[in-house]
Amino acid sequence: MVQPLDYIRETASQTAGPYVHIGLAPGAAGFAIFENELGRDIAGPNAAGERIRVEGRVFDGTGAPLRDVLIEVWQANAAGIHASPEDPRHGEVEEGFRGWGRVISDFDTGRFAFETVKPGAVPGRGGKPMAPHLNLWIVARGINIGLSTRMYFSDEPVANAADPVLGLIENPARWPTLIAAREERDGMALYRFDIRLQGVNETVFFDV
Amino acid sequence: MTGSEFFQRDRTLHPPALTPNYKTSVKRSPQHALLSLECSMSEMTGPRFGHGDLGPLDNDLIRNYAHGGEPVGERIVVHGRVLDETGRPVPGTLVEFWQANAGGRYRHKKDTYLAPIDPNFGGCGRTLTDAEGRYHFRTVKPGAYPWRNWVNNWRPAHIHFSVFGTGFAQRLITQMYFEGDPLIPHCPILAAIPDREALAQLIAPLDLNASIPLDSLAYKFDIVLRGRRSTLFENRLEGN
Repeated sequence: MVQPLDYIRETASQTAGPYVHIGLAPGAAGFAIFENELGRDIAGPNAAGERIRVEGRVFDGTGAPLRDVLIEVWQANAAGIHASPEDPRHGEVEEGFRGWGRVISDFDTGRFAFETVKPGAVPGRGGKPMAPHLNLWIVARGINIGLSTRMYFSDEPVANAADPVLGLIENPARWPTLIAAREERDGMALYRFDIRLQGVNETVFFDV
Repeated sequence: MTGSEFFQRDRTLHPPALTPNYKTSVKRSPQHALLSLECSMSEMTGPRFGHGDLGPLDNDLIRNYAHGGEPVGERIVVHGRVLDETGRPVPGTLVEFWQANAGGRYRHKKDTYLAPIDPNFGGCGRTLTDAEGRYHFRTVKPGAYPWRNWVNNWRPAHIHFSVFGTGFAQRLITQMYFEGDPLIPHCPILAAIPDREALAQLIAPLDLNASIPLDSLAYKFDIVLRGRRSTLFENRLEGN
């Protein structure tokens, strides 16, 4: 026998279920209950940097779009700083910038869309910068534990090529699953980013 | 604690992505192995919330959607602590919860179960943990309800929980079940958890000491998030 290690164990995940909107986006469930529904505005009014829009869908293994998915976005500001005390530079973040938001897919079409500012490069491990990216966390009915992925930007080819996380992907054919394609619409940068849970072109998901 | 990494997640206690008896998982489960990432700033940081984000009734589901009356059902208090794997409390973190009403019906436009909507029950709330990681809220006990999986599956009574912690890699959604519920052994969603102790950790015991005499029963539900490494001979993120 040896001394016990007195750690306790993480609580197990369970699916967010089909009615996740009640708890996390009640307006979408069809009723107003909170004065302040959290996660509606990722960047806030004062954030520096380029305003962007992201649109996409999340597909299952049959190719059908999920119409009940909820995605959380977590990102740095345009200077690459997170609004979190764990970031040593967090005091420099703009007033009202949280860098976090919630997005749900349309109940009929499965389309999701959100607006934010394009993040800057973020310091990575060993001093290597990480290319600008959004961290995405995906939950829905049928997803037993939230799926983590990243969205990178097609107009950052040099930074993407040097990104230490993209560099971990052994099969280069899977890279494009994490890179959103930029276009312009009505004078605003629009990025298209579809997520495939399974099958051909399955998105790269991370164990973070 | 700034800048310290999380313990590796023990995925053997979590349900895997593919659990065929929970049918919806079959086509919503990735087939490639997850790509393991060492913590970077993107995972070690996470959003913070304050009391200014919340309303005064947000942790009282008996009153936060009352329209001239109170919801029907067994009145309960749910309380507990949010801890990390070292046993340390996680203070000031956002805890959100949602549930069906006492008849097993959700206030959601996609729920068509024949049990009635309760005009005085919304079914969601949220709160921040205190300095010792404690949280509590008041509600009515949710009912069991049938769902389309096999022809006669019923969800045990449960409350959904969403918890943040201090870094986005701690993000967790789970469900709390009630001690003594005979549906627990029959639920394919619960059975997706491969580890018996991990499953038992989702079942809240009745806590008579926390009940309110002549008013409400109480259940205790502690939530454990991933731990952070101490800084003994730590690899520094910026390089050694």
